[in-house]
Amino acid sequence: MSFTNRLKETSKSYLSKLFGRGPVKPGEAYGAPGVGNSMGISIFTSIALIFLWWLITNMGWIKPLFLPSPEAVIAKFVDIWGEEFSGATLWGHIKASLFRVFGAFFLACITAIPIGIAMGVNRIFRGIFDPPIEFYRPIPPLGYLPLTIIWLGIEDTQKITLIFLAVFAPMALSARAGVRSVTIEQIQMAYSSGATRAQVIWHVILKGAMPEILTGMRIGIGFGWTTLVAAEMVAAEAGIGHMVLSAAEFLVTDVVIMGIIVIGAIAYTFDLFMRFVERKVVPWKGKM
Amino acid sequence: MSKLDLKNVTVIYPPPTKDTEEVHALENIDLTIEGNDFVVALGASGCGKTTLLNVMAGFIQPSGGEVLLDANPIKGPGADRGVVFQQHALLPWLNVIDNASFGLMLQKKNPAERKKIVSKYLKLVGLDEFLNHFPYQLSGGMQQRVGLARALSSDPAIMLMDEPLGALDALTREVMQELVLDIWNETKKMVFFITHSVDEAIFVATRLIVMSPRPGRIIKSYNLDFNLRFFKNRDARQVKSLPEFLAVRQEVLDIIHGDEIRIDQG
Ligand SMILES: Nc1ncnc2c1ncn2[C@@H]1O[C@H](COP(=O)(O)OP(=O)(O)O)[C@@H](O)[C@H]1O
Ligand SMILES: [Mg+2]
Repeated sequence: MSFTNRLKETSKSYLSKLFGRGPVKPGEAYGAPGVGNSMGISIFTSIALIFLWWLITNMGWIKPLFLPSPEAVIAKFVDIWGEEFSGATLWGHIKASLFRVFGAFFLACITAIPIGIAMGVNRIFRGIFDPPIEFYRPIPPLGYLPLTIIWLGIEDTQKITLIFLAVFAPMALSARAGVRSVTIEQIQMAYSSGATRAQVIWHVILKGAMPEILTGMRIGIGFGWTTLVAAEMVAAEAGIGHMVLSAAEFLVTDVVIMGIIVIGAIAYTFDLFMRFVERKVVPWKGKM
Repeated sequence: MSKLDLKNVTVIYPPPTKDTEEVHALENIDLTIEGNDFVVALGASGCGKTTLLNVMAGFIQPSGGEVLLDANPIKGPGADRGVVFQQHALLPWLNVIDNASFGLMLQKKNPAERKKIVSKYLKLVGLDEFLNHFPYQLSGGMQQRVGLARALSSDPAIMLMDEPLGALDALTREVMQELVLDIWNETKKMVFFITHSVDEAIFVATRLIVMSPRPGRIIKSYNLDFNLRFFKNRDARQVKSLPEFLAVRQEVLDIIHGDEIRIDQG
């Protein structure tokens, strides 16, 4: 189809809409509030925010000390990529932080998910793990940071432990809740198909808990990122959090902002990846 | 030929709340299902139908009495009794063929063997075109067909169905009644079927037991053959308007209705 033809088609569909003959979407007018695609709006908002940032900094309404311009931040990004800032290049900082966050995330996956499942299916496990998890869960990581330093020193072990603790609780609780999302009929169905208790847990409960386990992983890694800066507050040689903190000390605002953007971008990219995994692993989520 | 025997079965549930009494869900039930019986339990909600099925399935142990399958006491659920639930109990992460062959998978049969066995049943329920669909892609009637195929796939001695058609629309329900009868006729299995539709009960049953609540018990039993008459000319509507059918229907309605009035008064 040629360009003019396509143009005609499009304008035709707009015209027919204008005259009330376009296709209708059920639920658009009197359906559940909030349905529909929001991608376009999101892109627009993002561009508008960046433009606003560009405008106020380039018009000189805010001093670069408080808010450097987008160009300055990008320039800094390029600079630090090759050159050391506060002990490491940007890539060095990123690597150090990725190792800590994903190390803690991995450890949490292999401990929190089995423990959460065990808590869901076994009274004794629930009795053992419920008090400690529920007790420490609401405490902000900064609260027990000093204790991890006293116990574990200031090496990566301490940093990974701190992040691990933040990731562990939401993941374990999600896995535990996931166990409950299996219906009694599904369990009885399995038993009356000849399943043993172990088979019920493996083939029904574990699979049925997958959506919530994956949601727990997304929530968990989010907590991991929020705890990263706290973990790198004391005696880190490298790390994005460390980089941001030492830049803030010397009022190098462009590095602070750049660091924040890098953390945000990595976290967001990983969340997109997790959503992709969700669509592949649990395509049936929310459909029944 | 198999035989399922309930002798003097009583089920008492603990009091639902403080300061209420224990619930006598079933009291002294005697029931034998054998040969090619199609036994239907009919009764208002809360008269113990599901409890009775759960006892047969082995999901609950009776407070008193015994349940024997071919003279062996039932100790728990097992693949020798296929259960079909009111709301389908399919696993959403498995497609039709894997759901239907779930029991065979548990028995560690290899995929080729599973497929061979289950294809027969999926054909019987009319789903051979939908093997790779997932439950959420099927209509309610089709989901129940998968449940039927699954229950059949382990070749159980008896099929236990708890209001299997209760969640379906009226037209689908009629089609499914005929399907259930065809399966019964084809596989020659014993069936225990729960419903609270009087017409459905009389149409499909060879034996109809009418139940009454508090305590749950059997108040009347009929031997019927309307399903056999259906097989002669396959005209369900004609069978359901036979004078004999309507007479039984009237009588059963009177019993259930009289029972309700009695309960309301006392
Ligand atoms: N788990 C339970 N605990 C206590 N009471 C129950 C339980 N299950 C069922 N009952 C009670 O037992 C009676 C029979 O229930 P049920 O067998 O489900 O009846 P039906 O299937 O005929 O509707 C009802 O009064 C119900 O409230
Ligand atoms: Mg019931």
